[in-house]
Amino acid sequence: MAKPFSVKRQRGFTAMAIACFAALYLPIFVLVIFAFNSASSLSHFEGVSLRWFHEAAQNKQVVDATLRSFHVASVAAVIATLVATMAALATTRTRPYPGLTFKYALLNAPLMIPEIVTAVALLIVFSQVKGWIGYTGIGYLIAAHTAFCVPFAYLPIRARLENMDLTLETAAADLYATRWNTFRYVTLPLLWPGILAGLMLSFVISLDDVVITEFVKSAGQDTLPTYMLGQLRRSITPEVNAISVVLLLFSVLVVTLFFFASKRRN
Amino acid sequence: MSQSAIRADYRRTLTRRWLLSSPALLIVLLAATGPLLVVLLYSFLKAGPYGGVLPEFSPEAWIGVVMQRGLFDDTLSIADAHLAIFWRSIRLSLETTLLTLIFGFPTAYFIATRPPNTRELWLFLITIPFWTNLLIRTFAILQIIRNDGTINTVLLKLGLIGEPIRMLYTDGAILAGMVYVYLPLMVLPLYASMEKLDFRIVEAGYDLYATPFRVLRLVIIPLVKPGIVAGCILVFIPSLGAYVTPNVLGGGKNLMIGNLIELQFGQGRNWPLGSALSISLMAVVMAALIVYVRNADKTGGHHG
Amino acid sequence: MNEAIGIRDVSKVFGQGDTTFTAVARVNISIRENEFFTLLGPSGCGKTTLLRMIAGFEFPTDGEILLHGENIADMPPFRRPINTVFQNYALFPHMTVADNIGFGLRMLGKSKAEVSERVIEMLRLVKMEPMAGRRTSEISGGQQQRVALARALAPQPKVLLLDEPLSALDYKLRKEMQLELKRMQHETGITFIFVTHDQEEALTMSDRIAVMSKGQVLQVGSPRDIYDAPADRFVAEFIGETNFLTGRVRKIAEETAEVMLEGGAAISATAAGVGVGDDVTIVVRPEHAEVVAVPATGSAVTKGTLENVVYFGTDTHFHVRLPDGSVFVTRQQNRPRLSSEFAVGSEVSIAVAADAARILRAGA
Repeated sequence: MAKPFSVKRQRGFTAMAIACFAALYLPIFVLVIFAFNSASSLSHFEGVSLRWFHEAAQNKQVVDATLRSFHVASVAAVIATLVATMAALATTRTRPYPGLTFKYALLNAPLMIPEIVTAVALLIVFSQVKGWIGYTGIGYLIAAHTAFCVPFAYLPIRARLENMDLTLETAAADLYATRWNTFRYVTLPLLWPGILAGLMLSFVISLDDVVITEFVKSAGQDTLPTYMLGQLRRSITPEVNAISVVLLLFSVLVVTLFFFASKRRN
Repeated sequence: MSQSAIRADYRRTLTRRWLLSSPALLIVLLAATGPLLVVLLYSFLKAGPYGGVLPEFSPEAWIGVVMQRGLFDDTLSIADAHLAIFWRSIRLSLETTLLTLIFGFPTAYFIATRPPNTRELWLFLITIPFWTNLLIRTFAILQIIRNDGTINTVLLKLGLIGEPIRMLYTDGAILAGMVYVYLPLMVLPLYASMEKLDFRIVEAGYDLYATPFRVLRLVIIPLVKPGIVAGCILVFIPSLGAYVTPNVLGGGKNLMIGNLIELQFGQGRNWPLGSALSISLMAVVMAALIVYVRNADKTGGHHG
Repeated sequence: MNEAIGIRDVSKVFGQGDTTFTAVARVNISIRENEFFTLLGPSGCGKTTLLRMIAGFEFPTDGEILLHGENIADMPPFRRPINTVFQNYALFPHMTVADNIGFGLRMLGKSKAEVSERVIEMLRLVKMEPMAGRRTSEISGGQQQRVALARALAPQPKVLLLDEPLSALDYKLRKEMQLELKRMQHETGITFIFVTHDQEEALTMSDRIAVMSKGQVLQVGSPRDIYDAPADRFVAEFIGETNFLTGRVRKIAEETAEVMLEGGAAISATAAGVGVGDDVTIVVRPEHAEVVAVPATGSAVTKGTLENVVYFGTDTHFHVRLPDGSVFVTRQQNRPRLSSEFAVGSEVSIAVAADAARILRAGA
């Protein structure tokens, strides 16, 4: 018997959607399973063990890369969010003024440029700078990550600001709040969810970056993703699966936090 | 307040706005967009023997983008290898865009038509892969399609094949990988525009004797067109510049532009050629963006 | 009585160069202490711009705004002892009801004890004591309205500005709040300046009304002045329903002029600055006229065809087509067992009550 007519139904769409969800999660599922393989094979599951998690935790390169990843991501995310907040305040809720379009374009430019092009450009410039000033530290990585995080921090903050009711600040001024007090007691608390979103986005984006890091890093400056890329080019053991699972858990955690935080506000 | 006082106040406001935005602008300028000018400069210089450049003008790199010199004489001929890579990149990117659209459209529609309480959950399920490291997702696909990967293992066990099918390091592998990693990028903007779809308009379509397929073609698709265009651009641009996925799934042989560029800065040691190729890639991306902006303006004009 | 707010030759021009828009044009108003003053006009007439200049959110292009004789035109809003009840209330969504009410006092640097004492006082005034700890998103529209009022009154401003504060409420609540606002104005003794486009609201609440149109003040006066003696055609049309009749002055005796109407009948109307032979416009409110049977009695002024009879519950409106093509409306109160004795399409006469017709100022 035919299903009752529904305005929203389109033939085959549900099946296709379910297939897509399955296809998205199946490979991840396999990846997670083999992280717990007791053998070193990626095709034959021989028993459940935490062996590869232990090995990864003992591997100095992995530990160093993990710490470096978090170091770069946290510094880059904080700086990017700070400057993006200031920029968002300077570019929203105003009549167009000279240079505004230029600011929009520049702040969003890192999203438009292919990563490989930025990576190559930074390789060229930073190798010159390294030659001139002799500094080869982690600052280059942090600078590069901060730059491509700026638009990711800027967009949610700007969106939040644009949806904010201007009369609230007018009301604060009417109730004797100076410009600074208005910012502190009204604008900032209302902007806070946007700032948090920007911070989380840029942190995850920085943590995930492969291409730019691969080109900018000096010797011995592997982050977790570039370490994994190096491993993928050699013979792969479930150690990579174990690292992936940890990173995956971390991403899921951040997204879940973000998801529920934004849901609670609605 | 006098006119001049108002003007002075306006100038102060402008100065404050420039000061506030300058740190962000400066960071982006110094560590993202500014270096592109250096790339442009390098593309017109002579290659150094061990990488780097010599400070001499040379159009050689730009000639090298489409032409090649003979090994023993200086005769110029079309650089088949480069053109093949350009063509493969564009073809793979278009195929990726088309496939993600075919798979992504029903998926986004499915999410948008769920009741509100479960819709959030489905959206969450599409967001998770979106925020999962691209390298991890590529690795997940790698495990599935390796010679001794999941697909071959299952097929062998079932006795459907006698020996493993070679899937890795083919164009098909790159395509599958790119469709897999970029699918969420297509679904999210599609969903965003479908969520706003007013189903009373769809009802009006059915009321006026349209079949479900015609409603889809004549009502739903035109209404969500901005989402389709946005999704296609969001998939096409990173596909074109893809580096990780073809690197891991295509091996060293099946190159895309991104890998060709990397090669010039690694083994190839031809920085000017790499720079010229980068600028070429940028040009194609900009062309795609201009098409998008034109389109967005048009659709925006219809509704606003 | 002392002046609370003085508006002297105030203009506001928006935009620059070729594309300027004059929102307020050389306005002069004097608002007294302890007065409920209303700025009334259609949207775009400049009333909100004028209010925002008094509050300090806009600065006049020209002219002075005096608060108790002191020019405050250039003073920023946070230094003016003037508070506003905003149209959409503009309650801070991240604060509780009590924190919203106490905000102004905290910004003025008052001690915690003083703030909380005053907040409790204000909560009592607006009858919201049980809601003190609620978030502003958890209370109803009417309650938000009260909180906005309490918040603006808490710092004891010299003048309270209200920007169409009742427009978001439903009819019944609006009627209730009108009385409530009037009561609070009496209790606090603060000057209220109220902006609205609703003429009925203006008439019921105000001590005095300024009617504005296209950036200019057309008339300032008590509700009765404005209703009974509109200064010009715009005021007469904007406030209540009005019939206009045109004719020529035949003779003048003391305050009364006898006017020959175009239809041939004569009508006596109160005269103001007109002479014999002038062409004038006469205003007659619908409730001051009556449909009567033909042949007309002595007070009947004109004849026409009854086109429509509209029943409104408390009264009935009669639409009469006059010989010159215009429609004259009369409003008659319904009484028990009084049925309309006039059939649509029949010929009727219109009678105007004595002293009810008014001549508009010449040129208006």
